[in-house]
Amino acid sequence: MIPTLIGAGILVFFLMRLIPGDVCELRFAGTGLYVDQEQIDVCRKNLGIDRPIFIQFTDFMIGFFTFDFGESMWTGKPILEEVGLRFELSLQVAIMATLVAIVIAIPLGAISAIHQDTWLDYAVRTFSIAGIAIPSFWFGIMIILGLLIFTNWATGIPWMPPIQYKPIWVDPIHNISQLIWPAVATGYRYSAVATRMTRSALLEVLREDYIRTARAKGLVEKIVINRHALKNAMLPVVTIIGIEFAFLMGGLVVTEQVFNLNGLGKLFVESVDNHDYAMTQALVMLVVLIFVVTNFAIDLCYAWLDPRIRYS
Amino acid sequence: MTTTSEATLEAQIEELDEKTSIAAASLKMARKQPVGVAGLTVVILMIVAALFAPWLTPYHPEYNDFASMLTSPNGDYWMGTDQFGRDIFTRILFGARTALMVGFVAATIGAVAGLVLGVASAYFGGLFDLILQRVMDVFMAFPLIILAMAVVATLGPGTQNVIIAITIPFIPQCARVVRSNALAIREIPYVDAARALGFGHTRIILRHMAPNVVAPFLILFTAFVGQAILLEASLSYLGMGVQEPTPAWGLMLQGGAEEYAESAAWVAIWPGVAISLAVFGFNLFGDALRDTLDPRLRSR
Repeated sequence: MIPTLIGAGILVFFLMRLIPGDVCELRFAGTGLYVDQEQIDVCRKNLGIDRPIFIQFTDFMIGFFTFDFGESMWTGKPILEEVGLRFELSLQVAIMATLVAIVIAIPLGAISAIHQDTWLDYAVRTFSIAGIAIPSFWFGIMIILGLLIFTNWATGIPWMPPIQYKPIWVDPIHNISQLIWPAVATGYRYSAVATRMTRSALLEVLREDYIRTARAKGLVEKIVINRHALKNAMLPVVTIIGIEFAFLMGGLVVTEQVFNLNGLGKLFVESVDNHDYAMTQALVMLVVLIFVVTNFAIDLCYAWLDPRIRYS
Repeated sequence: MTTTSEATLEAQIEELDEKTSIAAASLKMARKQPVGVAGLTVVILMIVAALFAPWLTPYHPEYNDFASMLTSPNGDYWMGTDQFGRDIFTRILFGARTALMVGFVAATIGAVAGLVLGVASAYFGGLFDLILQRVMDVFMAFPLIILAMAVVATLGPGTQNVIIAITIPFIPQCARVVRSNALAIREIPYVDAARALGFGHTRIILRHMAPNVVAPFLILFTAFVGQAILLEASLSYLGMGVQEPTPAWGLMLQGGAEEYAESAAWVAIWPGVAISLAVFGFNLFGDALRDTLDPRLRSR
């Protein structure tokens, strides 16, 4: 866990510094006025990016492990505050997208496995491969277009999802009607992998001896599937869903762009554009941290799903 | 009498079997994997579109006809024109070139580098394996799009840099899968035999071990081509990928798609259909390939 975080820190730290031009040059270039070297030097000194690179790196790592991320180099505001503003939105979309994925994936995967090699199976598999193939940003555009056309046809007034974000406890209807669409767009895509995983895992389990035993003792097929087969097939599915959830937190970049959401992905694009080292580093570390923690949580889930696995 | 006729019959059947083996095998595959053949058809169609693009359309992909901007699909412009008066059908055809080039180059470099690293990691084992796996862990912890964006930010946009940015995340993915397969192969005596004969490490890795992990490698490769096309489209859509005026499907969605979605839906629809169809084709083909090559799935 710790080595992965340090490695990610090294990677993002040096990758950011390879980008030509730093935040100070960029800031003054934006004004369009003539600036002398002195001003840039002062700016660099203030931000501390004139110090030796090794000291900067140690500083960043110590800051990360003591949860002191410092200030954004572009806006000057505390990073925790800037991230906190957007974290809520991204987390909600990620949770909703994961729920959409689960609701689609597990029943479809199970149907596909139970009716293996029938038209139903083919239909589900085609549907899930389509989910991988259709870019979620284009699917998002199509959803908006579809909504416009449908509402125009149904009510005569074209309707678009609201642009302004409101937390779910302030205005739940407004909130859901804004965020359900990006959640569906990404959820469908992520359900594809999970559907295929459910199908293949269930196919494997259905060939086990204990399934034959369960059938032989006269259990209803529904109970055989639900209680005996599905739970044992969930192990790889939980892994996939967990990893997807972790990636969703940072990987919503393109979807946020389509739906014009002010989330972590957009913040990431902005901070890379502005060469805001501190912000980019903090965001990447946050995403990697979520990934690592989720992986740990998945491991714990294993023990619950499969009593044979015990951690000492 | 009967015995000889039977013998000749058998010989004839055998001969027939040998003659038609390739054709019969492909036919058998087509019957067993109708979905895979459908995927292959899409892939071949795409390659044809890319190769013969200039002969399939009377227009140039960068030609602006300002007299007919945002024209709806008609006899002259089959898929309509975009906000700069460029024929969308032409740009889709030429976009196939960009997509295929980025897809194949990124997938090839990424998969081959991953193959070599994965096999080497399994072969040498020990500290080399451990360090390499930790490095791979770091790369795998980044969401694909974020890693690719960071690389593009460092190198600058443009087709060549997009290929590099897409290739890098593929390497650890491929290395991981290949390594686990190669670990099993390392235990087979012929690797010991090769070592006993005094062959060098490079020769053993490349000539003796790598060919035996070809099945998972091919499956990954087709999946990578699809993924690369999708990633390129995403990056271009964000403005961090292929730059104007090069025709690319993601780029076609960037400028006007949302803006004109209502008034000129064709601008938004066709490039997305092209991306989806292409990735769909590669994935279907890859799936069929896996069913055919993976011994655990074969006999059902």
